[in-house]
Amino acid sequence: MTSLFGDLLDGLALGAVYALVALGFVVVFKASGVINFAQGSLLLFGGYLTAVLHDDLGFAGALAAAVLATALLAGALDRLLFGRGDPDPRTAHVQTIVTIGVDILLLTDLSRRIGGDLLSLGDPWGDSVARIGSVTVADSRLAAIAVSAVAIGAVFALFRYSGWGLSLRAAAEDQEAAALMGVRLGRVRTLAWCLAGALAALAAVFLAAFPAPGLERTTGQIAFKAFPAAILGGMTSPPGALAGSLLIGLTEALVAAHQAELHVLGEGFGDVVPYAVMVLVLLVRPTGLFGAKGAARV
Amino acid sequence: MPEAPPDDRAALHVENVDVTYGRALSALRSVSLTVPPGGVVALLGANGAGKTTLLRAVSGTLRLHRGAITAGSIRYGSTALDGRDPVRAVRAGVVQVPEGRRVFAALTVEENLRTGGLGLGRRRPAQVQEARDRVFTLFPRLAERPRQAAGLLSGGEQQMLAIGRALMAAPRLLLLDEPSLGLAPLMVDRIAEVVREINTQGTAVLLVEQNAGMALSLADHAHVLEVGETRLAGPAAELARTDAVRRLYLGESADGQEAA
Repeated sequence: MTSLFGDLLDGLALGAVYALVALGFVVVFKASGVINFAQGSLLLFGGYLTAVLHDDLGFAGALAAAVLATALLAGALDRLLFGRGDPDPRTAHVQTIVTIGVDILLLTDLSRRIGGDLLSLGDPWGDSVARIGSVTVADSRLAAIAVSAVAIGAVFALFRYSGWGLSLRAAAEDQEAAALMGVRLGRVRTLAWCLAGALAALAAVFLAAFPAPGLERTTGQIAFKAFPAAILGGMTSPPGALAGSLLIGLTEALVAAHQAELHVLGEGFGDVVPYAVMVLVLLVRPTGLFGAKGAARV
Repeated sequence: MPEAPPDDRAALHVENVDVTYGRALSALRSVSLTVPPGGVVALLGANGAGKTTLLRAVSGTLRLHRGAITAGSIRYGSTALDGRDPVRAVRAGVVQVPEGRRVFAALTVEENLRTGGLGLGRRRPAQVQEARDRVFTLFPRLAERPRQAAGLLSGGEQQMLAIGRALMAAPRLLLLDEPSLGLAPLMVDRIAEVVREINTQGTAVLLVEQNAGMALSLADHAHVLEVGETRLAGPAAELARTDAVRRLYLGESADGQEAA
């Protein structure tokens, strides 16, 4: 019998990790109007690098290298899609489709390398658990919550206070006016992609850590549960992405815990839940939880 | 890339400039004009005459519209402006206030003003503070509501914010595109006063206007564009007396009120 508190912690951990990926979707979409379907394979790339490097560099070193390399790969992908030109919202669907192609290429190569293996990322938490009152929680889940909270907080602070964040928000609203103020649109966009890559590599660690068995070639697909989370939040709102991710993580954990009572819905309903939640919310609020927010007066 | 520091005695020289959109649509043909340091030059003309295109060529935003300078040259002081790099213009001290205000609606007043300094990279806090004080002195209304979303300001306040945002980059030459557009007559007078005040503080102004009365009352020199070519040019007071300008842009009956 699981306790509600334990389930909530599980859900929170899951939601926090989804939020890392969902924020990646949001910054890229906000900066370039592109839905980055390669996010899942970027995540797998980051996880794979951590897995192969941790013997030599230690976990922290491997993770740092993987985060950096994935950020660079995402930045390179951005340059591949746009060159040095300015993002053009009218043709963003072309680049969106190109990201599907890039995803297939990356995923094929990584699948070939990983094969049927389960790779350990060498994280320090292993399968140890902590006791909070009567509840046992995996250390990796607590770490997921703590690390994600710090990373998400950093992203929010960047958004709000840094010149890059201000440039991104201004350019998302009015590219030309931002350009007139001297915002370098291309640079802002490339940095957004780098940030998304870094967040994906970080998320990979927690998706492969206990209680998951390790990194496998399908780990990247989990990223797509963060996709409904980003949509739920309105696609352009970081707080929205966070709220959507937590909602989906909590729902998923609660459904998984009460699988037996929900068996009328069929086995594996937990996997479908993110999309079910997305559809339900969008029925009520077509622009997402935070999508319609925004003051405008003509 | 050598970046000359903003030059107080720099003049804007537009020489025989042709601008073409999408390689086919000719928007400007052999247009020349000069804005002397500290001067006010008005650019008049009907819709589609090429006024905004000329500003885009100077501020470097032609590329966003798939346009390019195909002949002639634009220089501000020692800086050559090629119509394709807004950052270069901002760093040289040339900043444009776009037509229709275009403030960032979801950003606060404060944040909108911060965007005005983005092109200059890192600046000393004292410099930023000085620019902000200047804006707040000009527009006390903005100082009263720094945390309000810009989209909730009135049209006139948004125009003030758009001008204030540009002033945050401490320009030596301000490009104003139709600042009176869609504003109530009282607010138009207020904007005219502000432009005069900004100019008195030493900033040159290139003013694009459909409200010819207001523009000619502010400007030393004026140019009239017609379908991409210069139709008339000369001292503003002289132009205001020519028949063509009176008939086409001032309107016989509204003459007295508009020129006020």
